[in-house]
Amino acid sequence: MSKAALDRLVEHLRDGVISTHAHRGDETAVIDRSLIRSACLWLRDTEGLEFNMLSDLTAVDYYTMGREPRFEVVYHLHSLTLKQRLRVKVGVPEEDPVVDTVCDIWQVANWCEREVWDLYGIRFKDHPDMRRILMYEEFDGHPLRKDYPKDKRQPLYRRPQHEIDEALAGRPGSGHRPGFGPRNLLES
Amino acid sequence: MGLEATTGRLADAVAWARKYSLFTYPFATACCAMEYMSLMGPRYDVARYGAEFPRFSPRQADMLLVVGTITERQAPVLKRIYDQICEPKWVVSFGVCASSGGFYQNYTTLPGIDHVIPVDVYIPGCPPRPEQVLDALVMLQDKIQRHDGYSQRMIELEKREAQMKKKKKHGSSTETSA
Repeated sequence: MSKAALDRLVEHLRDGVISTHAHRGDETAVIDRSLIRSACLWLRDTEGLEFNMLSDLTAVDYYTMGREPRFEVVYHLHSLTLKQRLRVKVGVPEEDPVVDTVCDIWQVANWCEREVWDLYGIRFKDHPDMRRILMYEEFDGHPLRKDYPKDKRQPLYRRPQHEIDEALAGRPGSGHRPGFGPRNLLES
Repeated sequence: MGLEATTGRLADAVAWARKYSLFTYPFATACCAMEYMSLMGPRYDVARYGAEFPRFSPRQADMLLVVGTITERQAPVLKRIYDQICEPKWVVSFGVCASSGGFYQNYTTLPGIDHVIPVDVYIPGCPPRPEQVLDALVMLQDKIQRHDGYSQRMIELEKREAQMKKKKKHGSSTETSA
């Protein structure tokens, strides 16, 4: 589909391209982390490429596969004028999870990068507003990392214990136990 | 004695009136809301049970219908809505997500709204059929008639405690005067 675009990127970056692959039209280039900004600008502004839309920006955690570097940030580019797509990836090591922002190249990257920060803990250098976007500020950790325990809960609202105890104590005169909570099932 | 019997009957009459005029606050967050719509529609017609009036202000509602998945981030909002409803109030948990978290077991979903607010009737199902909801509504009406809703019991308890306090105070004052 966009083999020409991939070839031009390889030709342009030369040693900056770490690997490429293409399977049924998903031309992908893994490039050097430090080159991401210049590469994105070039891909957007060069005639014949014109990737004027960032359709997605996301990340992958290869923790369970033991790959090095652990993370990968993925950029899905789309050209509305030339109707072609290209995928660009950068590897991000665990010790230094920082990538340059592309917010000023495609504005949509602002929220996408916040999402990646929120769920994977990868920071974006020079991002204007690097806050969590989905989880609450009190949340500890980054839940889409593969080493985040899948059933760990971090309640934002905790019902006071005395309220639960009172409700379960059996009220005088009511003749019935308040019917709520799994604890009620266990006790009866 | 006679007075007690009369007030008892009055309370029953009030409960009877309440159970047939439930104003619902639909806290609809997910796909169960589709079933809620069919429940409200002419085919299942919840109006037959007197609960046809959705109020989108908690101040005007007595029945909180939690329809759909509640996330941890929404839990304080739900609690706040519940607190804003005037007593007596009733809570119906509509569908498995609201009741237990359903098939979600992860960092983001509340495993049942009973972690946050007391629930009177649970409706299983993903989503529940409208008949199930009507059944739950009838169960809730029974509960109201029995003065057995959670907030009803709390009101009763508060009344008793106030009476006891009054009696104690009264008793102690007579003791000192004697």
